[in-house]
Amino acid sequence: MTTVIGSPLVKRGLADMLNGGVIMDVVTPEQARIAEDAGAVAVMALERVPADIRAQGGVARMSDPDLIAAIIDTVSIPVMAKARIGHFVEAQVLEHLKVDYIDESEVLSPADYTHHIDKHSFTVPFVCGATNLGEALRRIAEGAAMIRSKGEAGTGDVSEATKHIRTIRRQIAELSALAKSAPDELYVAAKELQAPLDLVREVAHAGALPVVLFTAGGVATPADAALMMQLGADGVFVGSGIFKSGDPAARAAAIVKATARFDEPAVIAEASRGLGEAMVGISVADLPAPHRLAERGW
Amino acid sequence: MTGSPTVGLVALQGGVREHRLMLEGLGARVVPLRSGDDLVGPDGVRVDAVLLPGGESSTIDKLLRMFDLFEPLRASIAAGLPALGTCAGLVLLAADVDDRAPGQRSLGLLDVTVRRNALGSQVDSAETELASTLGPLRVAFIRAPIVTRVGPGVDVLARRNEHVVAVRQGTITGIAFHPELTGETVFHRRLLESVHCNSV
Repeated sequence: MTTVIGSPLVKRGLADMLNGGVIMDVVTPEQARIAEDAGAVAVMALERVPADIRAQGGVARMSDPDLIAAIIDTVSIPVMAKARIGHFVEAQVLEHLKVDYIDESEVLSPADYTHHIDKHSFTVPFVCGATNLGEALRRIAEGAAMIRSKGEAGTGDVSEATKHIRTIRRQIAELSALAKSAPDELYVAAKELQAPLDLVREVAHAGALPVVLFTAGGVATPADAALMMQLGADGVFVGSGIFKSGDPAARAAAIVKATARFDEPAVIAEASRGLGEAMVGISVADLPAPHRLAERGW
Repeated sequence: MTGSPTVGLVALQGGVREHRLMLEGLGARVVPLRSGDDLVGPDGVRVDAVLLPGGESSTIDKLLRMFDLFEPLRASIAAGLPALGTCAGLVLLAADVDDRAPGQRSLGLLDVTVRRNALGSQVDSAETELASTLGPLRVAFIRAPIVTRVGPGVDVLARRNEHVVAVRQGTITGIAFHPELTGETVFHRRLLESVHCNSV
């Protein structure tokens, strides 16, 4: 009898089980409990939410293992944690701590400006950010089992998230059309996307990524979450949007509700009522280029 | 029974897509269930069977209650509507749940006790082969639960090592693993067959 751990099927399988769900950034066990009570499918354990990383500056690194362990002990839902881009030792530590998913994240300061982590060499699955299809396929080639469009974390401005999910969706549709009309042009499509040909072919024929696609970066309201879902996301990450708002428990539950029935305006309207103040946020247009996190990763 | 059976697939959160494709591949019509009205109409129950997919059981429980699907689902299955629950679906069908999330409820239809995430965290998730009363199976366990108590009248269909991981009580089947991820169709076929038996 053969038993296999850490196979692509098992890694992608957990992401499948997160479909239609909301993954929430939390910085304390108490916040993790609030997220679980509100119906989060997973929590992202970190020391500072992106809005604070942005405000405080400095180098952002993997969280203290004590914090991650305390959050794992507190909740029964999956716990994710972030490693810096290319920092495979932080990833080794997170795997040792038995987190359920590692986010190789541009929200932290990159550790390697050339190479991402070789994610095939781990048993624990990885989620990675992408702003376009080529970037998503490069991460999948490295072993990512889940993709999230990046958006612009810590802003509460959903415009970059919209741009990235639309870009990925449009590029998939273009490949799909090419597979039917001119399959001999897929070679050049792979060159232009800077992505492996076999993955380009797979996407072209399936009309979808081979892994689950969530969105992240700027989602702050139930309607934002539903917008991402209507644009084709399988689920959403909400970072600063919940615990930087006036009533985190109510807002978290409302975003879960709107994500589950994202195509029903009556449900979204009901979910949007009486939530108090949303996070104040900053407009991405006001961010000077060096402070745009989405541009990290290659 | 004329025509193909209609299966209501609880579609609030989780691994819905693979179940839909598998059921459609077997000739069933699939209706997503997101509210009580999707399941029960003016003329009664709209479907011939229901499937509760994997996902996050604490999330699905909240959504079932939020959208008034919990009670109609419980009543319909209790009244004999054939049901299959996989992973989180097994947790939701169970009478008792160990280490439930605060406030988490279950439908209480299968006389078993289930322990969530009993086989470890994601690094312990695995593809494996199992012997079962339905023959050999190749399936995936993803942060899987186990059955820790089996009530009278409940048949054990499969074990993994010493742990009970598949059970049946009448027309209700609960399994701790994911046959839909590995293309294992026997449970879905049995669900559709139980519709034919019921209607005779």
